[in-house]
Amino acid sequence: MSDARTFGTDAHPSPRLRGEGRDDLVVGAASPKGDGEGGAVGGAFSGELPHPRLPPLFADDDVGKTLSPQAGRGDAAYNFAYLDEGTKRMIRRALLKAVAVPGYQVPFASREMPMPYGWGTGGVQVTAAILGRSDVLKVIDQGADDTTNAVSIRRFFAKTAGIATTTRTGEATVIQTRHRIPETPLTEGQTLVYQVPIPEPLRFLEPRETETRQMHALAEYGLMHVKLYEDISRHGHIATTYAYPVEVAGRYVMDPSPTPKFDNPKMDDCPALQLFGAGRERRIYAVPPYTRVRSLDFEDHPFTVQSFDRPCALCGAEGHYLDEVVTDDAGGRMFICSDTDACETRREGAQ
Amino acid sequence: MTPLLSAHGLTKTYGPRIACAGVDLDITEGEVLAIVGESGSGKSTLLSMLAGELAPDAGEIRYRDREGRVRALGAIGPAELRSLARTDWGFVRQDAAQGLRMAVSAGGNVGERLMGLGERHYGNIRACALDWLDRVEIAADRIDDPPTRFSGGMRQRLQIARNLVTAPRLVLMDEPTSGLDVSVQARLLDLIRRLSGELGLAVVIVTHDLAVARLLSHRIAVMRAGRVVETGLTDQVLDDPADAYTQLLVSSVLAA
Repeated sequence: MSDARTFGTDAHPSPRLRGEGRDDLVVGAASPKGDGEGGAVGGAFSGELPHPRLPPLFADDDVGKTLSPQAGRGDAAYNFAYLDEGTKRMIRRALLKAVAVPGYQVPFASREMPMPYGWGTGGVQVTAAILGRSDVLKVIDQGADDTTNAVSIRRFFAKTAGIATTTRTGEATVIQTRHRIPETPLTEGQTLVYQVPIPEPLRFLEPRETETRQMHALAEYGLMHVKLYEDISRHGHIATTYAYPVEVAGRYVMDPSPTPKFDNPKMDDCPALQLFGAGRERRIYAVPPYTRVRSLDFEDHPFTVQSFDRPCALCGAEGHYLDEVVTDDAGGRMFICSDTDACETRREGAQ
Repeated sequence: MTPLLSAHGLTKTYGPRIACAGVDLDITEGEVLAIVGESGSGKSTLLSMLAGELAPDAGEIRYRDREGRVRALGAIGPAELRSLARTDWGFVRQDAAQGLRMAVSAGGNVGERLMGLGERHYGNIRACALDWLDRVEIAADRIDDPPTRFSGGMRQRLQIARNLVTAPRLVLMDEPTSGLDVSVQARLLDLIRRLSGELGLAVVIVTHDLAVARLLSHRIAVMRAGRVVETGLTDQVLDDPADAYTQLLVSSVLAA
């Protein structure tokens, strides 16, 4: 048996651990391929792998295609979809567990993202972990494609992953959302990624996380109804209008994040995969396609959704979720569809 | 008849400090047992062990469930233990803030156990809460007030209603009357005595107040330094104490 304290290169069988071939990791260094992009990743992971369980990140010929035109140039040397491959695998593992146990909150090692908590760090990490080169991404914030957060996240992935983006619900394969579920019915093969601020539905009823985990484990959800009871006793009806608790697949009670309860029925038996990421709280949960999602209620106070007493001021359609928009400082306001894509589609159809 | 709850050789230590040493006790339905002793004598630790909240270091607690099976508490899984604690047992705490949800209305507090058992009809829960508030002498128009707006005596009565709504068989009380003035204490004691008699409850009440023990309990156990030094019928123990410490305790009570 050889001396364990040997410091020779034989102690590190991997060329990567020995530091070989790392020159091309330096940004701006000439790529061995000479094509100016993608060389970095291919070079770093060629040869023997440092860990027997890690397969190659990309086949060599994929590297150029997986990186956006900006990647590998100047200061913008990003891995595909910003996160490193190890992180993406960790998130995918959490996602698989979440899909296997619908509604269960799976802890994951949330990363620091180049954006503040509360802006969708959880959703962005989930999106980054599931994006492929052929995906088409749509991002909505409050149902709108044109708000700051939606535009920024769309650009973020266009830049770091070089993928196509869209505002059309029907064209998208991955839709990241903060508040709304698009009006256009989702289809099989689409994935809806929610940005979740507070994943724990029992948080404001029971502050101890140790206790809420016990309650989830034992399916003790009487407390959730105490909240609804309080609503009725105070307001005469269930006054919770967003983050309305749901029971998933007859087992776990889940917080659908700040989506208005108007959208709760769309989660039930949805053909699309629904993934939830909470970055600050480090939790991932999921609703697989065609899963029963039931909004909690009382027998004598059944669940109802909001209704609006007027049509959209832009497209004129009724029965949609409306946003109130202040138009001047003299009290002027209008009510317009929250889902900008659906509203535009209706207006185009009318012309 | 097998007792509802029986404990044998209960021992609990915190490091070198002995909280309970070899405590034996039995309690049957309709019986009120008072555990008295000075502060630090292990009364509350004993109560926590009886409630299944604290695992004893040695000894065993047996409980006879509704099907008549006698079961060791340590052998019951956490799910069933919690369900027993919600349905078969009640725990009235010294500090009402620990036994109540202070941010939830009185009606919600009383209804929580019902909803935990799967009651999903608002009207029924409301009616049941009103009935119980009436039985503990809380006015019906206070049903939507949170306990933060209740007086100390009302909070304790609300705690009792919240615990009794599922018709438990065993109620543990940890100094329920301490910190209340005497007239409020008297009302609360009347209420506890009436309800335990009506419902045939087994009650274990921990108190340092011998007057409370005399008024409520049938039997009494005197604790000192983690051990039960004397046990017997309440009148017997208080009027004719055999143990030196009990004699001291009885003679220390100030006559009004």
